[in-house]
Amino acid sequence: MMTPGLYHLLFLSTALFFIGVYGFFNRRNLISLLMSVELILNSVNLNFVAFNKYVWPGRLDGLFFTIFIIAIAAAEAAVAIAIIINLYHTHRSIDVEAAEELKH
Amino acid sequence: MPSAFTIALIPLLPLLGFVLLGCFGRQVFRKYSGILATTLLFGATIIACFTAYRYFFHEGSGDAGYESLVPLKLTWLQFGEGLSIDMGIMLDPVAVMMLVVVTFVSLMVHIYSLSYMKGEERFPTYFAFLSLFTFSMLGLVISSNIFQLYIFWELVGLSSFLLIGYHYDRPSAVAASKKAFIVTRFADLGFLVGILVLSYFSNSLDFPTLIQRLTDPGSDELKAAVSSSFLGVSALTWGMLLVFMGGAGKSAMFPLHIWLPDAMEGPTPVSALIHAATMVVAGVFLVARLFPVYALSAGLALDVVAVVGAVSALLAAVIACAQTDIKRVLAYSTMSQIGFMMFALGVSGYGESGYTASQFHLFTHALFKALLFLGAGVVIHYVHSNEMRDMGGLRRQLPLTHVAFLIGCLAIAGIPPFAGFFSKEQILEAAHQNNRAIYWTALVTSGLTAFYMFRLYFSVFWNRPTHPGKTHGREGSVAMLLPLVILATAAATAGFIPFGEFVSSDGKPVDLHLQLSSAILPVMAALGGISLAAWFFLRENDRAARAAFAVKGLYRLARNKFYIDEIWLFLTRKIVFGLIGRPAAWFDKYVVDGLVNLTGNSTALLSEKIKTLQSGRLQQYALWFLAGAIGLVVLFIYVWK
Repeated sequence: MMTPGLYHLLFLSTALFFIGVYGFFNRRNLISLLMSVELILNSVNLNFVAFNKYVWPGRLDGLFFTIFIIAIAAAEAAVAIAIIINLYHTHRSIDVEAAEELKH
Repeated sequence: MPSAFTIALIPLLPLLGFVLLGCFGRQVFRKYSGILATTLLFGATIIACFTAYRYFFHEGSGDAGYESLVPLKLTWLQFGEGLSIDMGIMLDPVAVMMLVVVTFVSLMVHIYSLSYMKGEERFPTYFAFLSLFTFSMLGLVISSNIFQLYIFWELVGLSSFLLIGYHYDRPSAVAASKKAFIVTRFADLGFLVGILVLSYFSNSLDFPTLIQRLTDPGSDELKAAVSSSFLGVSALTWGMLLVFMGGAGKSAMFPLHIWLPDAMEGPTPVSALIHAATMVVAGVFLVARLFPVYALSAGLALDVVAVVGAVSALLAAVIACAQTDIKRVLAYSTMSQIGFMMFALGVSGYGESGYTASQFHLFTHALFKALLFLGAGVVIHYVHSNEMRDMGGLRRQLPLTHVAFLIGCLAIAGIPPFAGFFSKEQILEAAHQNNRAIYWTALVTSGLTAFYMFRLYFSVFWNRPTHPGKTHGREGSVAMLLPLVILATAAATAGFIPFGEFVSSDGKPVDLHLQLSSAILPVMAALGGISLAAWFFLRENDRAARAAFAVKGLYRLARNKFYIDEIWLFLTRKIVFGLIGRPAAWFDKYVVDGLVNLTGNSTALLSEKIKTLQSGRLQQYALWFLAGAIGLVVLFIYVWK
């Protein structure tokens, strides 16, 4: 059985990142946008962990960063969902195109 | 010595009066505002007299004459090694003498104003300003630092502005107050530059240090100040000349005197205060304060002081002969007498009698000029006019004022044994020893002084009787007459004070001996002036009009004050405004403003163009963000490596 190397992990994280970007630009539902952002964040986490394991195996910096990112992502999700609920109250919709009053 | 705190109370009590009356005068002390200010000033006067007594008879006199004491010095702003602006108290004979004169004359004016200004709408404001004026002048005379003096100097200018413009509903008063402020402010510009020059070379703003460094022939500072020159004149002389420019502006010396006659728009007691004790003597005080530097290191500047003083004295005396407004005559007489003080300083050497004579004259002049102005105030109050032709024969209606005014006139004319005789005699004596041209000018001026003062006296109190319909009521209340009596007594007797024992430039007593032989000529000149005035004005006749017609060219010149106002107007309107002001305004409007407007307009235009980027669509923003991020990545990878 083949153990995964650095390149496999980088490939996976790149794929996750672009799936996230694609979702962010193509979805209209705000929940889907939030999920896409989570994907992007997790691809970054994967990068940190992979580089930490293969480049500086004796250290923990990458892992700590990952933990921070997970914590902040959780907070961000809470804030985002609060916003989405409020948006739903005012607009009766969670379509990103529905909220475009803030413009020139 | 009274403690520094006690001495500091002398200026601080009037300041307290100003703050109290300024903040609460109209609401709380409406009725008692005058009494409050007068009481506070009375306290300051007592302390000042006590301080003077202690200084002259106990603490001040050392082995080598009177020393200058610095009982208080607080550093306020430190600029560097040795250069600092301090707030302090410095006592030397002149400062102590001034403390007494300023508080005493101001107290008289306060008491007088209690009655004179009664019923005025802004009674508390008037007393607040009067207290501020007194505070500024008291602070000025005890300053230990030249910059502290400058601060109080400007405060004096400000408070005189407020008081001259007291009747702010009268356009002429507003114009006069502005004129006084602008002219003296213009002169103060020179003073400030002078301060900077002196402090640059002496590296000190402190009076004792500054004077010591600029008079000691061996000091590096003096050598540097004398050796660097500008336009062929040494930097030190320039500095002293510029300082004198400030003094000339405040003291109304030619050609910066134009504000003084207009300042008569203020209430009469204010004129008394400005002319006798506070504002105009500030210039003399300044020259006296820096006198060692003038006398020992900047002889040229001192000569300028002498010439300006003599010219002002003569010019003002000639103009005064042709004026018909009672207060304007007195205003020009002040200018003439200040000219006497200035040239007395100018002809004096260090430690010589000219300096003492000048300060003596300042002292006696404060007394009799306050007397004359307050007397004139009674007359104006009674007749309701400033014009001499509306007055006449008032000796019956105003007997007390008549006697007081006569004493004042005799004092200013220099008739023995009144105060002015002694001081003027010393000045003439000093001029006689040092500069004959100035001596003869001064002699002519004394004759003229006697003439125009008695012209005023005879026109007001003799001549034809006043039309009865124009007068009203009694001579005046006790509050108005009491200061007259006190000042008349002082003006009659102050000449016997052995002034030379107390005040001199180097602290050592000066022997002010009076030589009868040299006193004959000035007294003859004064008597001649008085007789001429009596011949013209004692009874109603047309001799004066015919005499004026005989010299009508000169008369018209003097009547129109030698057209000096017009010359200044021409200089400012045509030359300064036309050649400098207008082009500068054009440049400001079209070039400076144009650049600013260009920046504003182009920014507005650009933002109009790019504002559609703000679409409100989240994903579009994200797209721009992504494009930017990718652009940066490309930049870092391929261009900057």
